[in-house]
Amino acid sequence: MISVQACLDGILLGILFALIAYGMALQWGVMNIINIAQGDLVILGGYIAYFMYLYGIHPAWGVIVAPIIMFFVGIAIYKLVINKVVDRDLFISILATFGISILFMQLMNFAFGADVVLANSDYGTTMLFNNNVVLPNSKIFSAFISILFAICLVIYMKKSKLGRAIRATAQNARAAKILGVDTEKVYAATFGINAALCGVAGALISITFTIHPYMGLPYTIRSFMIVIVAGLGNLPGVAMSGMGLGVFEEFADYILGTEFRIGSVFLLLVLILVYRRFKLSRKREYLK
Amino acid sequence: MKNNLILYIGILIFGIAAPFIFPAFKVQLSILCVLIILATTWNIQGGEMGYNSFGNILFYGLGMYLCASVQVGMFFPLAEWTESGGEKTFVHTPTQFFQGMAVGLIVAAVVPTIVAGLIGYSILGLRGHYFAICTLGLGVAAGEISGGIEIIGAGQGFTTPPFPNVGSLELRGEFFYFLSFFTLVLTFVAVRSIYPTRFKLILNAIRDNEDKAEAMGIETMKYKIIGWMISAFFCGLAGGIMGGLVGYIDSTDVAFDGREMGVFMVLMAILGGKGTLWGPIIGATVFHIFKEGFWTFFLGWQYVALGVLIVVIVIYFPEGIMGWLREKYPDRFGEVVDEKDRKAQVELK
Repeated sequence: MISVQACLDGILLGILFALIAYGMALQWGVMNIINIAQGDLVILGGYIAYFMYLYGIHPAWGVIVAPIIMFFVGIAIYKLVINKVVDRDLFISILATFGISILFMQLMNFAFGADVVLANSDYGTTMLFNNNVVLPNSKIFSAFISILFAICLVIYMKKSKLGRAIRATAQNARAAKILGVDTEKVYAATFGINAALCGVAGALISITFTIHPYMGLPYTIRSFMIVIVAGLGNLPGVAMSGMGLGVFEEFADYILGTEFRIGSVFLLLVLILVYRRFKLSRKREYLK
Repeated sequence: MKNNLILYIGILIFGIAAPFIFPAFKVQLSILCVLIILATTWNIQGGEMGYNSFGNILFYGLGMYLCASVQVGMFFPLAEWTESGGEKTFVHTPTQFFQGMAVGLIVAAVVPTIVAGLIGYSILGLRGHYFAICTLGLGVAAGEISGGIEIIGAGQGFTTPPFPNVGSLELRGEFFYFLSFFTLVLTFVAVRSIYPTRFKLILNAIRDNEDKAEAMGIETMKYKIIGWMISAFFCGLAGGIMGGLVGYIDSTDVAFDGREMGVFMVLMAILGGKGTLWGPIIGATVFHIFKEGFWTFFLGWQYVALGVLIVVIVIYFPEGIMGWLREKYPDRFGEVVDEKDRKAQVELK
């Protein structure tokens, strides 16, 4: 029964990871930037929901408020920093976002304190299989909302004018520019949308799990991992590998113990990259 | 060349005299030496080879833990030492302390080098983003995992053996200063001797275009691993010294401190100008002076200042101090400049 519990927990958690990873894939594909501050944006979104909870508003409304605020935060970050590093060396952009990440971490630490907090949603729990499996309703709620947002975004990307402009820029920024797409605006919008997705995910995380100012980096690493396993622009792949990661984490938690949970995530990243390198090198040998 | 020799001798004399001129800053000067070692070694694979690693902190932390563990483990049971949490139940005699330190430093240098070889074989095939994030992951994973291992103190930390009572109290500072200064000289000599060789040219070729370098018949993998192993060797040594200097090892705040040391070494190399011999040294000195001078004014806001500093340096100053000097005085760097061309460019600006 424990394994069923872990699987279900993992899948519900993985859907959340997939939402964050989707944002990362979006900006990676469009702007060719890896945002180390991704996780910190998630945590910031979480604090927005937490503050609504503190002031007596049900934290579930954070799902609507957080993305709106985070969208503008994202655009502000883009205007201040990212637009200066978009077409530069890859390492420069990683280091710049690493700086933003440290900055955010510490600002959140000052503003909200270093305690582990959660926004209590009072959703109760669901019992399954003769009360052997316990699922908090908040987890089911968060998975449902994540899927809803992902579907909305996919439709928006397919149908709207901005969505088409974003996809065109991702395919070939120069050609898009020649054909009259304002790429600067597209980049800003992409970063804003990514931040908004992080905001939604953060609000959901503050309801279902806990948030803490220094917890950002693991989320960045998880979403990076999901994107490299799935590949850019492969949406079902992102969802599948997100769930896979969630299940892996729950099992690592049961087997190795909670103190090794984050460490195992980072080790898995290294293992995946090593596997990828050997696979690629085998491919290269064929070309000889 | 003659000027250089005088410069080196001058710096050497200054380095030896420094703890006696500024006796109050001995610890700071030792930390400066460690920072310069870290920045210079990061520069070997970050600046010259073009493999920007966030993970050299792994070797630094590994060296720190290994040196302290060997120093304790040679004479006393390690588990009981860490369990007592720095209580003075076991005391090193001076001979034991120095013997332990010497063996510990050797282990702290050799083991990270081997680890770098093994890890390097598996991950140095990655490029760009993937390598940077992978090394970042390695550094954090090491911190998280070492924080869960009981025998080296787990969450509560590891107190390194206190300096034995030999004569005056001043000796501790002098011992660590000269140890770190000697290591710094060793590092500098090693790096300096790499510079005129073919090995350095190969590293630069890997940075500029790895595929072409490979096509020219260079076994890039071999040289990349050697480059990383050189880095790891000195990082481990620096870690071992720093562990003894700080006197307390914690998995995420001292040893595998990606937020501080891990970023500092990258930042210092970039600030000074990566891919140059003197850049990291200048960068580390400037950075350390800035840090010690202004950190106290920020009072708790230092990480905010650090974040802003990273962003500003990376965006507005990616060439670093050496790059700026090179642009300003190109003839000093042995570059021949056409005067007419230069004037035309100045007018254009």
